[in-house]
Amino acid sequence: MQFPIYLDYSATTPVDPRVAEKMSECLTLEANFGNPASRSHMFGWKAEEAVETARRQVADLLNCDPREIVWTSGATEADNLAIKGAAHFHSKKGKHIITSKIEHKAVLDSCRQLEREGFEVTYLDPGADGIITPESVAEAITSETILVSLMHVNNEIGVINDIEAIGKITRENKILFHVDAAQSAGKVDIDLEKMQVDLVSLTAHKVYGPKGIGALYVRRKPRVRIEPQIHGGGHERGMRSGTLATHQIVGMGEAYRLALEEKESDHERMLELRTRLLDGLKDMEEVYVNGDLDRRVAGNLNISFNFVEGESLMMALRDLAVSSGSACTSASLEPSYVLRAIGLNDELAHSSLRISIGRFTTEEEIDYAIDKIREAVGKLRELSPLWDMYKDGVDLNQVKWAAH
Amino acid sequence: MAYSDKVLDHYENPRNVGKMDDKDVNVGTGMVGAPACGDVMRLQIKVDDNGVIEDAKFKTYGCGSAIASSSLLTEWVKGRSLEEATQIKNQDIADELGLPPVKIHCSVLAEDAIKAAIEDVKQKRES
Repeated sequence: MQFPIYLDYSATTPVDPRVAEKMSECLTLEANFGNPASRSHMFGWKAEEAVETARRQVADLLNCDPREIVWTSGATEADNLAIKGAAHFHSKKGKHIITSKIEHKAVLDSCRQLEREGFEVTYLDPGADGIITPESVAEAITSETILVSLMHVNNEIGVINDIEAIGKITRENKILFHVDAAQSAGKVDIDLEKMQVDLVSLTAHKVYGPKGIGALYVRRKPRVRIEPQIHGGGHERGMRSGTLATHQIVGMGEAYRLALEEKESDHERMLELRTRLLDGLKDMEEVYVNGDLDRRVAGNLNISFNFVEGESLMMALRDLAVSSGSACTSASLEPSYVLRAIGLNDELAHSSLRISIGRFTTEEEIDYAIDKIREAVGKLRELSPLWDMYKDGVDLNQVKWAAH
Repeated sequence: MAYSDKVLDHYENPRNVGKMDDKDVNVGTGMVGAPACGDVMRLQIKVDDNGVIEDAKFKTYGCGSAIASSSLLTEWVKGRSLEEATQIKNQDIADELGLPPVKIHCSVLAEDAIKAAIEDVKQKRES
């Protein structure tokens, strides 16, 4: 085993060696280095061909037309382009947007910016399971609503929203529907023939592609119009100017091709590993899985060990690379807003770990992680006054704490 | 975040972990912080007839720096008079452990805890 063990695949993934190989063929003088926008010579044509192959590979995973794919620098840019682009283009029709409290910051902050520009935004509450229901979307719609933006899979708790059902509602009401699929592409089926979604944000680096490249799907039928956010040479049919990064794009294409090819086997293996991990932990006292366990991507486990603070837990788990909902290092001392929004109290939010499994995780690594986590939780509970109080039967909610 | 060797040492081998009988008139308990903030510290001292701290115990729910701050403090207060113990400043703890600015509140919490424990034992003895 190599240490530390990487169990943070929801944050990013290593580039698959097969992807890296393809990328390296697009850099040097001997290789495919040309500008895909150069129309006057072979170098440009070859680069353009590689870019278009990649575009088709991305489209294949989503079952859409390659002409609906617009390259961006990543999902954050795609979110910005979709939300601000759609809102600006359609602001004459209305100025109301619906999103949720547990979206990625790229969506929330784009919405905040629009609020500053005079738009009104409704932030839906998820259920305790982390799911945004189609009913809650329907109820929030007003005559002013022009856009709904929701994530397919949540980055912290991994739960899956019913995009198909929500899409029916938005389409019936002639409202644009944007989906952030950064955490779902390649892990959960996305069929844009069936899903009535207008805009989809994508990224490469969560599915074994490189960082710095993503895409926005923009539906052609019915045609979706957005206002560009980056102006320049008119690349990507004017929606996103800037010289195309051939090596990055080729990497994303290959990563998506592999994701499609290996979807079934990847999913099965990750689910097996996650079940093994949870089975190894669930008999401990005061352990809670955050968010719905069944409607969740296979690689994600978000779990709270009550009465143990997350950062100290991560410190004990230094040879495991995981992440925590605790934010002891941030100035605000606020724990994860996602965990708070699904109703976790402060202790449980501070006590959470997000463990995410990926293509290169092994059974041996999971077994090692189980042993380490059990040992660390046991040790830290021995150190925890809250654990003492719990064992003495004290109701921690009745204690008057001196907040600092 | 990178932790200093001293923080790591206290975290790996915390000194004086435990609990004393808080009904004992010679035991002072300081419980500070809140689960909401991700830090709760319980510091206890046992004082002899001469007003000297003969033993100290702690338990802390919090990050590694909070655990190290309270562990270090229990080492420092043993053998000191109550008066001397009140002189300990959070900056001394932060300096000794090499805490970064975002972790200064851990040392503040430790100072609050020892003050609360001293106050508690004084009150108990007076009543």
